[in-house]
Amino acid sequence: MITIDHLVKSYGSIQALDDISFHVDKGEIIGFLGPNGAGKSTCMNILTGYLSSNSGVVKVGDVNVLSDPLSAKKLIGYLPEQPPVYPDMTVEEYLNFVYELKGCTLNRKKHLEEVCEVVKISDVMKRLIKNLSKGYRQRVGIAQALINNPPIIIFDEPTVGLDPKQIIEIRNLIRNLGRDHTVILSTHILQEVQAVCDRIVIINKGKIVADELTENITKAVENNRRFNVKICGPQKEVLALLKGMTGVVYAEPLALRDGDAYTYTIESEYGIDIRKKLFYELAERRWALIGLESLGMSLEDIFIAVVNKTDESKLRREKSKRQKGSSKSAEINAADDIIRKTEADKASYVSNLDDDEE
Amino acid sequence: MFAIYKKELRSYFTNAIGYVYVGVFLALSAALCSYTTLQQASYSTTSYFTFMIYSFIILIPLLTMRLFSEEKKMKTEQLLLTAPVTITGMVLGKYFAAFTLFLGSVLASCVNFFPLYVLGAAQSDADPNSIKFIGVNSGQILGSLLGVILIGAAIIAVGMLISSLTENQLSAAVITIAAVASMLVLNLIVVMGEDSDGTRVISSYVVRTVLSWFSIFSRFSNFGYGMLDFSALLYYISFAGVFVYLTIRVYEKRRWS
Repeated sequence: MITIDHLVKSYGSIQALDDISFHVDKGEIIGFLGPNGAGKSTCMNILTGYLSSNSGVVKVGDVNVLSDPLSAKKLIGYLPEQPPVYPDMTVEEYLNFVYELKGCTLNRKKHLEEVCEVVKISDVMKRLIKNLSKGYRQRVGIAQALINNPPIIIFDEPTVGLDPKQIIEIRNLIRNLGRDHTVILSTHILQEVQAVCDRIVIINKGKIVADELTENITKAVENNRRFNVKICGPQKEVLALLKGMTGVVYAEPLALRDGDAYTYTIESEYGIDIRKKLFYELAERRWALIGLESLGMSLEDIFIAVVNKTDESKLRREKSKRQKGSSKSAEINAADDIIRKTEADKASYVSNLDDDEE
Repeated sequence: MFAIYKKELRSYFTNAIGYVYVGVFLALSAALCSYTTLQQASYSTTSYFTFMIYSFIILIPLLTMRLFSEEKKMKTEQLLLTAPVTITGMVLGKYFAAFTLFLGSVLASCVNFFPLYVLGAAQSDADPNSIKFIGVNSGQILGSLLGVILIGAAIIAVGMLISSLTENQLSAAVITIAAVASMLVLNLIVVMGEDSDGTRVISSYVVRTVLSWFSIFSRFSNFGYGMLDFSALLYYISFAGVFVYLTIRVYEKRRWS
């Protein structure tokens, strides 16, 4: 349904997209995951014909977006990051305007009613958009994308700024839309794509890092590494034990006290599950473990996990060659290079994330 | 294109701008008409139309300032640019919406001539044997109306281009006022000293010619005499055309930058 082939886009000296290629099949819900500034919105904007690319081909169905933008735009419904609504219009006026703008030929009254039914805005039709809450405005934005029943719907961060209940509603809505539309969803929240999408494309610094089925990504990130543990016992000694355990890379007490129990945050090395070992160690000393809460993975963890997963297989191949007795120093160097590169990638990625958070 | 035209026209009246423009324009033109004709005991509408043109410097930017800058600020232009509408269609839709409101207000202001006609008819009835022509010169009024409308069309195109380059209504309005006012000043500089013995502020003929391309006000005079000046007609239409085209280019270029 959508083919993106070697897409390159730069704003002056900033490389926003660097040779991106992927394919979306009909009826798929695909998640576009990446940190802020990774190039998600740029990619969406090129796909919808709002921006042009420096090079590369975008095809929607059989239509080239660049050479025949009008036919391509007819196939796409787009909800940009900020819903493009006119505050001075009522919902009804706005949807009628979009209906005319898209040159829709479906039965007007029936079609608008259907769309409003789907996004549940029938009860605010007569109200001015500027008086609506953020959640309703978002829904009006989704309604706008659905008008004229386009086969492809693109959502750019549809749940930003909504409350948890609204987020769940919007996610359900997107999942339902996926039944008879091709949906692209861009977000920086992993849980969102996990909850909604069939396939996940991870993008960072304008490059595609991973393009996998959701289950595979979930498997890669399942290995949770950070926990809050609550342990009854003398704080200093418990901390010493935690720090001394093999596989623990980080252990610090939180300023939380509950009777004789203290809470600590611990982080294990990648790929090691320390929970069982921790339990037995504590049991041996008769310190009760009364709380074990896994902390959600941050995007940097996911990113590292996914990158590791792909790089690990490379490493394993290299290592097995070494073990086979092949003493070619070139290969060893190559393996070391990969290790070093992975470390550097991780470090630069994490520092980037820190920058973003500011 | 028609959807955008309709939406723009309606949006003038869903916020105060449309009412402010029409109200101020009609009140001002009525006051001008009464001052330049009735109070001067004159049937000539020349100064009426001249003053009306000056009022455009302030009033037309009210129509054009929000055309594109508001869309950019509200991020709604993404809707227009990702909808199956050409950029030309979008720009023309907006242009004609502003032009329609302008045209409507100018036509509505024609009610000002009603007392002049009534008065003229009464006077010529009272003195049927007068050799002097008494009353309003309809040819002059029609010619001037056409000229005024063409000038308006040109200024709207300038204002629209400026709106497409700014992200703020107010700065769009201020820059448009400055641009149109400087065209007026340009016109004054070009003709300055023309009647005296050859000494002009700008002595170079070439510079004067180039500057006069932009002096949209100087070409009005023939219309004011009730003449249909085809070269001026063509000038105004192509002047508006060039600025509409530049606005389209602004959007084309942004896609590619």
